[in-house]
Amino acid sequence: MEGLGIQLAFYSFAAVTIGSALLATMAKKIVNSAFALMATFFGVAGIYGVLGSDFMAVTQIVVYVGGILILLCFGMLLTDRVPDEFRVRSPRRYVGASIAATLTFVGLAWAISGTAWARLPHITDGSAEALPTTALIGNALLTDYLLPFEFASIVLLVVLVGAARVARGGTR
Amino acid sequence: MQQDFLTILMFMLFGAAFVVLNMVAIGRLLRSKTKYTAQKSATYECGEPTFGGAFIRFDIRFYVICLVFVIFDVEVLFLFPWAVVLKPLGWLAFIEAFVFVAVLAVGLAYVWRKGDVDWIPLHGHQAPGARLSEMDAVAAPSSAVTAPSSNPAPVTAAADG
Repeated sequence: MEGLGIQLAFYSFAAVTIGSALLATMAKKIVNSAFALMATFFGVAGIYGVLGSDFMAVTQIVVYVGGILILLCFGMLLTDRVPDEFRVRSPRRYVGASIAATLTFVGLAWAISGTAWARLPHITDGSAEALPTTALIGNALLTDYLLPFEFASIVLLVVLVGAARVARGGTR
Repeated sequence: MQQDFLTILMFMLFGAAFVVLNMVAIGRLLRSKTKYTAQKSATYECGEPTFGGAFIRFDIRFYVICLVFVIFDVEVLFLFPWAVVLKPLGWLAFIEAFVFVAVLAVGLAYVWRKGDVDWIPLHGHQAPGARLSEMDAVAAPSSAVTAPSSNPAPVTAAADG
């Protein structure tokens, strides 16, 4: 019963993700694509939740739905194109997009097949229930991985300064 | 742990069902059955009638603000795991996160200094402060000389900004 519920949830979220992703790529209007993308992000967050990755699920909502998508909408509203001209249907774009998509797929497939899923702690000890990861991540970040943690703030600082400068026109 | 997410999912589904049921099913039962006219979907004392499309070009500064927001969004995410383990780890963890936040505070100081978070219009009409000091100068030239020194500051900020 428990396993069936989890499977049902997983396939529902997968269907939402794939369906809305298809909608995002095929929608006539770019605004509709952005809204479909929101459903995609929510679907992925749901999959993270089903798989017991609580921190990733929250990250997905907070950063992608709350931040990246808004940025994307602003990006759309900043261009001087009329809304209907957004879809560029030149063959060169298709080639570039296909290469990018293929590389992403191969990279993800390689990472997924290379991961020892069977050795995850909640599978080896037979509890079949993933533990909350947020505290584990916090512990790791503040003890063993302190340097990457502090380095992340420097990376964010560089990104902030660089992005603000480029967005201002790169002159000041 | 997935049980916790099940609770959230149930909450979201119930919320969505609540809205849809109220607006579609119960609303249909309660609303008057008069015939639809174009007048019914007109704006009724709810502000100005709109004109033009909603697809307008935004000021670039909205985008910069949004970029800054995304950066600090990610910063907050790093602080979630920290907050969970702060008590067991104690003061050392506090200092570590303080350094983390302090480095990003430099970024906030940078965008502040560069005027990205100011809300003085760059072009179009002038800043309120600037207009005020101009009016002073026109109305009473003598008072412009003795005007408080804080007044000209927004003028230069708007010009540089």
